[in-house]
Amino acid sequence: MMKSISRVGAALAAGALVLSGCSSSGDSGGGGSAEGPPSMQPAKSVGDGEGQLNLIAWPGYAENGSNDPAVNWVTPFEQQSGCKVNVKIGNTSDEMVQLMRSGQYDGVSASGDATLRLIYAGDVAPVNTDLVPNYATVVPFLKDKPWNSVNGQMYGIPHGWGANLLMYNSDVVKDKPDTWGSVFPGAPEFKGKVTAYDSPIYLADAALYLSKTKPDLGIKDPYSLTTEQLDAAADLLKQQKENIGEYWSDYTKEVQAFESGTTVIGTSWQVIANTIKADNKVPVTTVLPKEGATGWSDTWMLAAKAAHPNCMYKWMDYIISPKANAEVAEYFGEAPAQTKSCDLTADKQHCATYHATDEAYAAQIHYWTTPQTKCVDGSGDNCTGYDQWVDKWQEIKG
Amino acid sequence: MPAAPRLRHRATLAVLLVPPLAWLIVAYLGSLAVLLVSAFWSRSGFTGAVVHTFTTDNLVRVATSEVFRTTTLRTVGVALLVTVVCAVLAVPLALYMAKVASPAVRVALVVAVTTPLWASYLVKAYAWRMLLSPEGPLHWATGYSPGYGLAATVVTLTYLWLPYMVIPVFAAFQRVPDALVDASADLGAKDLTTLRLVVAPMVFPGIAAGSIFTFSLSLGDYIAVTIVGGKTQLLGNVIYGQLVTANNQPMAAALSLIPLAAILLYLFAMRRTGALENV
Repeated sequence: MMKSISRVGAALAAGALVLSGCSSSGDSGGGGSAEGPPSMQPAKSVGDGEGQLNLIAWPGYAENGSNDPAVNWVTPFEQQSGCKVNVKIGNTSDEMVQLMRSGQYDGVSASGDATLRLIYAGDVAPVNTDLVPNYATVVPFLKDKPWNSVNGQMYGIPHGWGANLLMYNSDVVKDKPDTWGSVFPGAPEFKGKVTAYDSPIYLADAALYLSKTKPDLGIKDPYSLTTEQLDAAADLLKQQKENIGEYWSDYTKEVQAFESGTTVIGTSWQVIANTIKADNKVPVTTVLPKEGATGWSDTWMLAAKAAHPNCMYKWMDYIISPKANAEVAEYFGEAPAQTKSCDLTADKQHCATYHATDEAYAAQIHYWTTPQTKCVDGSGDNCTGYDQWVDKWQEIKG
Repeated sequence: MPAAPRLRHRATLAVLLVPPLAWLIVAYLGSLAVLLVSAFWSRSGFTGAVVHTFTTDNLVRVATSEVFRTTTLRTVGVALLVTVVCAVLAVPLALYMAKVASPAVRVALVVAVTTPLWASYLVKAYAWRMLLSPEGPLHWATGYSPGYGLAATVVTLTYLWLPYMVIPVFAAFQRVPDALVDASADLGAKDLTTLRLVVAPMVFPGIAAGSIFTFSLSLGDYIAVTIVGGKTQLLGNVIYGQLVTANNQPMAAALSLIPLAAILLYLFAMRRTGALENV
């Protein structure tokens, strides 16, 4: 008996050695640190397509007609480029980072809370914007930004931007709320029917609300929070949890929850409201609350080890071409990155509605950013990092 | 010349055994070993890449953090409750199937119990999501629905894992010879006494075997709770959160040791009762 146990032990140890050897060599990129991303050279030219393209995208960013036959900008790309597009939907930025590290994808539509993590870990390659002709007419205030470039080198192509909105079922919520307060102190009115986004980054929504309603906390930027400020945001979310019915991260779950009436108010994206409106089961309204909002500014990034880099370059140019960028911006409900798209939207007011070329307005949205101990707003070194946010979030959920 | 055929026999045996044993050791025990080892690693806070330096921080946090403790208790509680409910439902059903029902009814019941196993897990979970919806069919028919939460999770998991309890208990009841029941009655024992003193000890190993399935399956489940669990989270969700959301593989590995330990403890407890000796 003893002998067989020691044999199993030896086998286990051998297996562990073999596998740990494998996994250490398989670690993503390596070499990256908080000081700088690993050095890589951007492509010099774009050759012929490789026939395939594997993308990670936010829902609504790469539509091929399967959700709505009228909404399809992937098929024209496939016909032009000969690259067959396979789309994997990412529901949260964290999921996208995780998927990119699997090494099976050529590109990703990364939000600002994923971009730097991908760049510094060496998961994405610098992009030569000269190889993307449509980049020239992208809105200037989206170029060379802290979330999509390092030391003047772009790591992707801006896609579009927008704000997280407050959505409510207007049959049930009749007083036309215009404040995030209706999901924080006002939440008990809809106890059990409130929803919130199931990700640590949602702490920023609470911080943003506190920055307007509790000025003595001194919150300037919702992603640069000291320990006390993070605790205050977490406390607000713990109170909110009493009234939450369900959290959502899978957007189809939020659609279903609103349509079945189990949820009537909460944070949302315009694309979710559009989906619910298309189904026409319940009336929903979206509003940009008076406190402002968190939001996203997305970037198409090229995987460092992409199997189909030429197809990805072709895609990056295509998705910000005036027509495609207009279609995606209108479907998702965001401001297009491409200035020429504003003439091509079905609703001619689209760019005005979303303030697409209004730099001052864009500056007011608090774009998703990865919180770091070195405060992202440059205010010091005493901020809480994303690890702490994750721990707080798990604590809130209990 | 008896050696040559024996040698050939041994060679055949080796060829037959090496692939499954290699799979067991490398893929199965090996991945468990990696899990154990990576629980002692840490990772870069900024990029999330795994750093291969030895540390016990993860285990200390798992052992001391209050969030993990409450989630563990909740998860083990759900798993035990699901197991008990499954056993309570399965024993009378299996007794009826094995000892009372006519052969035709028995076959029909076996088919009825096992058919749900052919349907996709997600389809069944989403069916319960519709059914338990606060304004759904259950509420419409009975005026009551537990809504989404822990109760709904227990109901859904019980439904999902019930066949794994019914089948072994049914098999155990079938192995009880009718002659023993008759002999007990002839000696003057009432039906309940026979059940308690003669049948129960023989069926217990079947219940134990079924409970190992229901307990371990419930302990590891994290999908049903996201579909019908409302805002509750179980251990599986916390592990998923550490792995996917926080991208903290070492922490996820350390947390995975909790269900591993719980199942080992459960198996030892079952062994102590003697239930595993003649399954």
